[in-house]
Amino acid sequence: MTRVTSRLNGLDFQQAVVYFGFLAIFLFFAVTLYDDGFLTQRNLTNIVLQTAPATIMAIGLVFALSAGEIDLSFGSIVAVSALSCAVILQDYPLPFGVAVGLGVGMGIGAFNGVLIAYLKLPSFLVTLATMGLFAGIARSMTDLRSIPVMNDTFTGIFGSGKLFSVPSLVIWTVIGVAVGHLIYRHTRFGAHVLATGDNPRAAQVSGIKVPRVRLYVMMICGGCAGLAGLLYAGRLQAAKYTLGESDLMTVIAAVIVGGTALNGGKGSVIGALLGSLLMGMLNNGLILMNLKVSDQMIVRGLIILVAVALSLRDSNR
Amino acid sequence: MTAEQNVLSLTNIHKAFGGVVAIQDFSLNLKAGEVVALVGDNGAGKSTLIKIVSGVYTPTSGSIELDGEETSFSDASSARSKGIEVVYQDLALADQQPVFMNMFLGRELTKPPFGLLDKDRMRRESQELVDELDVRIPSASSTISQLSGGQRQGIAIARATHWASKLILLDEPTAALGVAETARVEDLIENLKKKNLAILIISHSLDQVFRLSDRICVLRRGQQIGIRETAKTDKNEIVSMITGVA
Repeated sequence: MTRVTSRLNGLDFQQAVVYFGFLAIFLFFAVTLYDDGFLTQRNLTNIVLQTAPATIMAIGLVFALSAGEIDLSFGSIVAVSALSCAVILQDYPLPFGVAVGLGVGMGIGAFNGVLIAYLKLPSFLVTLATMGLFAGIARSMTDLRSIPVMNDTFTGIFGSGKLFSVPSLVIWTVIGVAVGHLIYRHTRFGAHVLATGDNPRAAQVSGIKVPRVRLYVMMICGGCAGLAGLLYAGRLQAAKYTLGESDLMTVIAAVIVGGTALNGGKGSVIGALLGSLLMGMLNNGLILMNLKVSDQMIVRGLIILVAVALSLRDSNR
Repeated sequence: MTAEQNVLSLTNIHKAFGGVVAIQDFSLNLKAGEVVALVGDNGAGKSTLIKIVSGVYTPTSGSIELDGEETSFSDASSARSKGIEVVYQDLALADQQPVFMNMFLGRELTKPPFGLLDKDRMRRESQELVDELDVRIPSASSTISQLSGGQRQGIAIARATHWASKLILLDEPTAALGVAETARVEDLIENLKKKNLAILIISHSLDQVFRLSDRICVLRRGQQIGIRETAKTDKNEIVSMITGVA
């Protein structure tokens, strides 16, 4: 009984926003866009497929935000990772490409992390700088050219393939969310991330190695961005410097709407998934409504504004 | 361990920061079940002393004995592993986490086979602990930010009690609390005596010091002015020791 009530207490307003928002927008599109095929299995699957990279990025960002840090550079990491992987795959077998793609992501994350955790620079400024830095590197790596990915095994695993008729991108999403949630909610590391973001001094005097936690969350964020890069490269069968460029706002919005606090100590991986799907649904619905691109941007911006305002309302007391 | 053996023995502790002497020739023995109050004006060296005993600072010279054995702490973690817990004035609680996670902060319990958090056990043990100490909170799953200042300090003290095997250091435990809440926390500290822990408390409130302590140790500008048995002294004497004005 106490557990039931405590669970109910735990389901606070900020968490609830994403569930209700998700349902409301889903129902709205389901009714208004029924004739346009919004509810078809193909369209719904498409939404999940298209949001897969953003969802993976969002999971990483949940860790960074929960520890009281932010990562603005993950979009650039996506591009650099995808390009590195694609270049390697031209001459080497699949495991090398995957290892390099993920390694580059985690490596850049570690670079961010060392500056933040040990040189004590603010993560906002560090990643603002590395966002530009690695966006530049992504452009110069291949002289703005896009690199095709011909490795069929790779594009199968990270893109268009299926396992028992489930698309691989859906599997990646499920695995990412499950593993992320498990680490976030059910391991000591997850608890230390939350404590670090909540009250670094309390974490410190309780024996938690705060700098190491900060380093690790940035590496997780970078690693997730690396994986997102592989998913893009697999789905599009090519890598380009523009990958991930437009995901920054969407992913941050998805994570915040999903109930993760901007200033740390609180968050949800499941919420980030729903937030990300919500953003994907919004994109999809607005396209099906035949809105002009400019109108789509305006409507999407407004809806995100409302969603973020609602999900932050409680914490502005 | 006999009742008479000292839990903590500080002998000729000296601490200097560069050329500035913070603590000079400080000696104090603490027995199990005893409450000693550390009083003195701002800058007298009380906090420095707490930090030395809790392993944050290493003394420049002098010896620290725990249960009769000479010891030294490389950092706060090593002091903690030897059974010394600190309750800080600003509580050191993670506000957005539940009570039970704070109770086990940095020392979370896990269960086999995957080493995942054993939240049920942490919740249960936290509940038992707050019940035992009569800290009245809605539940061990409550979030810290839902609790009052007194309840929070109760949690901080309960946490220290749970982990301390020898000594609890209380740094101004009621500085931020109202009258009723202060009384609750004082009751709690009284209860700790029964658990046979040694307690060293810093407080600015002489009333509180006289209510709680067995002995009072006075510091002034880093020097130990004297130690008095609480029952055999009065406020005037302590005040004149603190200020140096007879």
